[in-house]
Amino acid sequence: MPGAYTLWISNNLAEKIRAHGAETYPHECCGALLGRDRDEMDNSGSEAPVGSSAKGIREVLELFPLVNRRDDSPRNRFSVTSEDVMSAEKAAREQNLEVVGWYHSHPDHPARPSEFDRDHAWPWYSYIIVSVQNGAPQNMTSWRLNDDRAEFSPEGIEIRHRAAVQAGGSSRTEN
Amino acid sequence: MPVKVMIPSPLRPYAGKRDSAEFNASTVGEALSHLTTEFAELRKHLFTDDGKLRSFVNVYVNDEDIRYLAKENTPTKDGDTISIIPSIAGGCI
Repeated sequence: MPGAYTLWISNNLAEKIRAHGAETYPHECCGALLGRDRDEMDNSGSEAPVGSSAKGIREVLELFPLVNRRDDSPRNRFSVTSEDVMSAEKAAREQNLEVVGWYHSHPDHPARPSEFDRDHAWPWYSYIIVSVQNGAPQNMTSWRLNDDRAEFSPEGIEIRHRAAVQAGGSSRTEN
Repeated sequence: MPVKVMIPSPLRPYAGKRDSAEFNASTVGEALSHLTTEFAELRKHLFTDDGKLRSFVNVYVNDEDIRYLAKENTPTKDGDTISIIPSIAGGCI
């Protein structure tokens, strides 16, 4: 897979992820990212031409918040069940989207994937991590596992207006 | 009628972008072996270096989790659907 990835997400959804991390602090939060790859679709919904500038761009259009099933160690672990995964996939299908990744929080730890994250990661998915320090959400990053499973590659997060995300319009930076 | 193996989104890039493949197989293990022979790049994402199914790979025959059946020796019959369901986990340490 190519090395340069970009994830488009609206400020509203990004704030929802941060809020979820704050809400479950000091436990980890988790949820699914529903969206689609722009390199597979153009604005009319048909295949994009080879060499399209949209290569490597993925847009998140909805979230599917989940319950962290790791009752034994929720401060530094998260997991979801197969049923949760299937529920997220069903929700995505109903909106003509796909599960394109997952988000979780790192309470009192940086927004960097751990060795445990890497060991349990799947390729292709985007993994958003939000750091929550003393209950306050901080930095948010996104990652994709490399083909050889040896490490993650960073995925740039681009905050966009919701309408612009859907229409493929221009971006703006929000903090 | 062979067994159908459903390929989850994260593995489709390693399977010619296909969402399913069909094989003649009498067990789950045999079907997965055919799958990873046809699409060799899938192997490292499904199996550990010593050939065991990775712990975060869930496999269902129709609606039954093979962990509660005979695992990879679970028998299959023509028309069965094998689904590979990702298990999602992580953590800050």
